[in-house]
Amino acid sequence: MHEILAVGAKEFRDGMRNRWLLAITVIFALFALGLAYFGAAASGQVGFTSLDTTIVSLASLAIFVIPLIALLLAYDSVVGEAEAGTLLLLLSYPLTRFQLLTGKFVGHAAVLAIATVLGFGVAGLVIGGETGQLLAPELWRALGFFIASAVLLGWVFVAFAYLVSVVASEKPRAAGLALVTWLFFVLVFDLGLLGLLVGAQGAISNDVFPYLLLLNPTDVFRLANLSGFEAAQAYSGLASVGAAQLFRPWLLLLVLVGWTGVTFGIAALLFQRRKP
Amino acid sequence: MSYAVDLQGVRKEYGAVTAIDRLSLQVTPGEVIGLLGHNGAGKTTTIKLLLGMIAATQGEVRVLGQSPRGRGAKGLRMQWGYLPESVSFYEQLTGREVLKYFGRLKRVAPGEQHALLDQLGLSEAADRRVKTYSKGMRQRLGLAQALLGQPRLLLLDEPTVGLDPIATRELYETLDQLRRRGTTVILSSHVLPGIERHIDRVAILRKGALQALGTLDELRHEAGLPFTIRAKGRWQPGAWDSRLNRPGVTGYRVNGSQLEIVSGGESKMDLMRMLLADGGIHDVDVQAPSLESLYVHYNQTGEAGHA
Repeated sequence: MHEILAVGAKEFRDGMRNRWLLAITVIFALFALGLAYFGAAASGQVGFTSLDTTIVSLASLAIFVIPLIALLLAYDSVVGEAEAGTLLLLLSYPLTRFQLLTGKFVGHAAVLAIATVLGFGVAGLVIGGETGQLLAPELWRALGFFIASAVLLGWVFVAFAYLVSVVASEKPRAAGLALVTWLFFVLVFDLGLLGLLVGAQGAISNDVFPYLLLLNPTDVFRLANLSGFEAAQAYSGLASVGAAQLFRPWLLLLVLVGWTGVTFGIAALLFQRRKP
Repeated sequence: MSYAVDLQGVRKEYGAVTAIDRLSLQVTPGEVIGLLGHNGAGKTTTIKLLLGMIAATQGEVRVLGQSPRGRGAKGLRMQWGYLPESVSFYEQLTGREVLKYFGRLKRVAPGEQHALLDQLGLSEAADRRVKTYSKGMRQRLGLAQALLGQPRLLLLDEPTVGLDPIATRELYETLDQLRRRGTTVILSSHVLPGIERHIDRVAILRKGALQALGTLDELRHEAGLPFTIRAKGRWQPGAWDSRLNRPGVTGYRVNGSQLEIVSGGESKMDLMRMLLADGGIHDVDVQAPSLESLYVHYNQTGEAGHA
């Protein structure tokens, strides 16, 4: 535990020093405020209006931005240290590879969580103040759930970043793999699923389909945030195929936790086998 | 007695490539041993074997009496210090933060980190980011890191590569302090000049095999490389010709004021007595075969042995 915390504290400090924490916080806050302000532009007005609309559009944007940020934050954690020579050094220290990777996760997870809570939290305060809903429980319940799911989505992709970082032999290759991972989950997977659905011409029943969505953490995030919002109907695309009613939101958060755990576990396993 | 490092018939293969072959090497506690060889001779592989990062294909590796890949490995890791070749520390952190990080991992009291920064002349730069450090300062920080927890065994992989002469000398001075304190040091290098005085024994590796092992004197004796003696003075032309025509002297050059004799080690003392007895000579300089010439010699005999 001591080792994990030591590594975690160092990674967190890195995150502060590199301005990652600040940058992510500011990006999230600006996105949230921008969407809240211009979100209703389609209906011919600007200004802070409906909370539902804001969160639904935030979720649609977060699906693209959060995985990308998480991958960028952590894609070089292992391969970068290997290239610098510090990985070799760390392996001569009294800590296991598992402790090293877990420590890194603790640090990166903390950076993402704090930035997400601060960024969207500040945006929530502004929106609440502008709309006079500052003390309204539904604002904070909805925003709180959104933030929790956003943090978890980020963690899933931090784990994917480790996977990429452990597999890649050089940093540029890791960057490329991270980009491929991102494209796959935010774009290719859904297109492929749609193609499958159309191509199969009804052979895949509507009962199975929602479960296929669970195979993509970004779809899980989408399902979690779009279920229960009326405004979602217009935005949800794939996720609206009856799936939103099938899963309880907190269950979907658990699925994201599972995604994080499994992906991290595979990364740790492969790290164990990586040549020093 | 138990050795600080004990390698018995170690062999390491990477696929079809044999990186280390029949390597047996015993290092006694408190000894400073120079692991010399070309790039690719197996120096780093040997160090990785000692650190337990890779497993030997054959043979036995014991460090401070234990297997570095066995159960006691964690305790072992507390007792050694390692400086990898060309490591670049976290550029965004300050020297003090880097040392604090590694110190925490090794469970070292914070006071010791201050002392190490002091000892290596980094106190002034300690709160600057590593990216502003010179190569020499980075290497000193690396050494400070390796010295955390007062290790019994120090493994330094090419610590002088890329250092200017002053930084190299400072590094060797630190090494000498450790030597006086009784730390066992394994120092790999292919930069030979200046290293002689700072090591007790030399192990020359070539293509993963031990080519020579011993103190410099032993190796000189074994190699039978000639000494060079230079004398300055005034004497009659031709005065020395007949006196130098003797067994053991392989060559000499002479003019009115300078004499240069190349001779095997066995007649060195005879020649010296002769030179010193001559009133006309006012300066004598003896050059033992340098580490470089020994290194070249052993690499060539290795070449011949393989041909």
